[in-house]
Amino acid sequence: MSNLLEVQNLKTRFHTPEGTVYAVNGVSFHLKEGETLAVVGESGCGKSVTMLSILGLIPIPPGKILSGSALYLGNDLLQMSDEELEDVRGKEISMIFQDPMTSLNPVLTIGRQITESLRTHLGMDHKQATKRAIGLLEAVGIPGAASRLGDYPHQFSGGMRQRVMIAMALACQPQMLIADEPTTALDVTIQAQILELAIQLRDQFGMSMIWITHDLGVVAGLADRVVVMYAGYIVEEGDVITIFENPRHPYTMALLAALPRVDRHREHRLKSIPGAPPNLLVEQRGCPFAPRCEYACERCWEENPALTPIDGSGFAGTSTSMPASVPASVSASVSAPHRIACWVDIKTGKQR
Amino acid sequence: MESTVRTTGGVAHLLPDELEAPPLSLGELTWRRFRRHKMALFGGVTLILLVLYSFGGAFIFSEAFANRTETGARLQSPSAEHPFGTDTIGRDILARTIYGGQISLLIGLTAMLVEVFIGVLVGSLAGYYGGKLDSLLMRFTEAVLTVPQIFLLLVMAKFFGDKIPNLELLGRTFSGSVIVIILIIGLTSWPYLARIVRAEFLSLKEREFILAARATGTPTSQIIFRHILPNSIAPIVVSATLGVASAITLEAYISFLGLGVRPPTATWGNMLEGAYNYIEEAYWLWLFPGALIVLIVLSINFLGDGLRDALDPHSRAI
Repeated sequence: MSNLLEVQNLKTRFHTPEGTVYAVNGVSFHLKEGETLAVVGESGCGKSVTMLSILGLIPIPPGKILSGSALYLGNDLLQMSDEELEDVRGKEISMIFQDPMTSLNPVLTIGRQITESLRTHLGMDHKQATKRAIGLLEAVGIPGAASRLGDYPHQFSGGMRQRVMIAMALACQPQMLIADEPTTALDVTIQAQILELAIQLRDQFGMSMIWITHDLGVVAGLADRVVVMYAGYIVEEGDVITIFENPRHPYTMALLAALPRVDRHREHRLKSIPGAPPNLLVEQRGCPFAPRCEYACERCWEENPALTPIDGSGFAGTSTSMPASVPASVSASVSAPHRIACWVDIKTGKQR
Repeated sequence: MESTVRTTGGVAHLLPDELEAPPLSLGELTWRRFRRHKMALFGGVTLILLVLYSFGGAFIFSEAFANRTETGARLQSPSAEHPFGTDTIGRDILARTIYGGQISLLIGLTAMLVEVFIGVLVGSLAGYYGGKLDSLLMRFTEAVLTVPQIFLLLVMAKFFGDKIPNLELLGRTFSGSVIVIILIIGLTSWPYLARIVRAEFLSLKEREFILAARATGTPTSQIIFRHILPNSIAPIVVSATLGVASAITLEAYISFLGLGVRPPTATWGNMLEGAYNYIEEAYWLWLFPGALIVLIVLSINFLGDGLRDALDPHSRAI
């Protein structure tokens, strides 16, 4: 499996009247073909801005992409002109957003909004596009699809609107779908439905997916790999089992400890993370998590740790049993490297 | 309703979708809200009657009759023969209000179209793109605004008054001055609309559904004209209707001063010209065209008011 998307050292800033917001600070990650990557973290830690930067959707000014590259099938999205990006968005890479109540244009019919990208990207005529739109609405489970094309967003409930959003995003059968907390604004039963639908459609269309969320419970059943973000940095990266069973960054551990679990005792109190995410108006010198971290040492305040493979092996879990002769490309497809950005080895309490 | 309720063991089950009222289309919603607005309904009906008066009346009186002078019958008070009386050179005022109405409506509508075209274009480009283009367009808009519209109108009317030849259209001759008036009213009244549209665009372009539309690769021109513009239709429609009313009053104003539409073409405005000499002696000279101007301006304003409420997509009232 080759890399569909490869992001290197992405830095995004916002120059606001209050000062410079250090939103994304040198983020690197990749997405393999057919893979589902979960990006987790608290609100305001740069998850959405990272994805919007890649697609050229941040407002410039005040936003500015300082450095980095985002190779999609070898082409750098960050170097593309607006017209070239318009061809990629919706056709190759689609995005769905958090709040379905505000993500649909209130004065255009659902049919118009779905057929639009079909006509723009695939050059379909009205009849073909309408037919396809009906098929899409049926695929996302909207009853009486044909009769609802002429309806306006306010005639749909929240869950139905998110289904419409998904239909819009999948209209041109993109290679890759970025889902920006698509279930956060929905109630729990609808969340489960949408999640199930997303998984089903992902498999049906053979898409790669990036799923942004702050709900780790969603991640477990969905993702192959997880990236944990904090204050515009990636602090831990690994495959989903490793992250859940063997988290090594204090922030990831704290997030997991804050998650309610059915297999825990009822009297067990959920742990919250003290404090709040750092002010992004100040450039971080040390580790951004240091003020809230129970393991923080002196070095954490002085120097920001880079994202490095754990134990120097580059692989977690199966890595120990992997013979050294196996080429990196093969081993990478078997197991993703487990990398953290932390000076402290939590297991031993020693500095790395 | 019976078909949607299924009873099993005496308990009625409704499917979630069936609990909602049958969905209304945007057109139905707009009409429902508009209907509730009594003044708007009055405005709409009056406007239709005035249009019927101006265009239907043309079947009863010929234009030649409206422009025929008969000095022997000058300044006659209303009578069976001349229901609205005659003017200073013996023309029938009823016939002239009919043809004048056509010209006044024509000027109002076309000047509004010019205004809306320029205003929407300038406002949407400035609002959407922001930055340098916004500064440039807005400074230009302000420059146009700093010149008092009335003076600008008078100077332009004086300057261009005789420069445009008469125009043949639909078998009728329009005085070149009509076109001049349309253009200068349109060219001087767009700045307010441009500002409104710009403000709308500034807030709408930040909305999530615009981001979502861009995320599906919608080209910029479509974002501007097919996504944002329909959302700002309410203030534009209101401005446009008020624009028709103000164009009619502006035309009346400059025609009254003798710089507007030249006789023999009648407008409600230029029928008032000269009437001020006879305010007491011949009330019918100013009463009928004056009343028609008041009526049309009022009805258009009421209509605009009702449309604003009815078209607001965020209004929850049904």
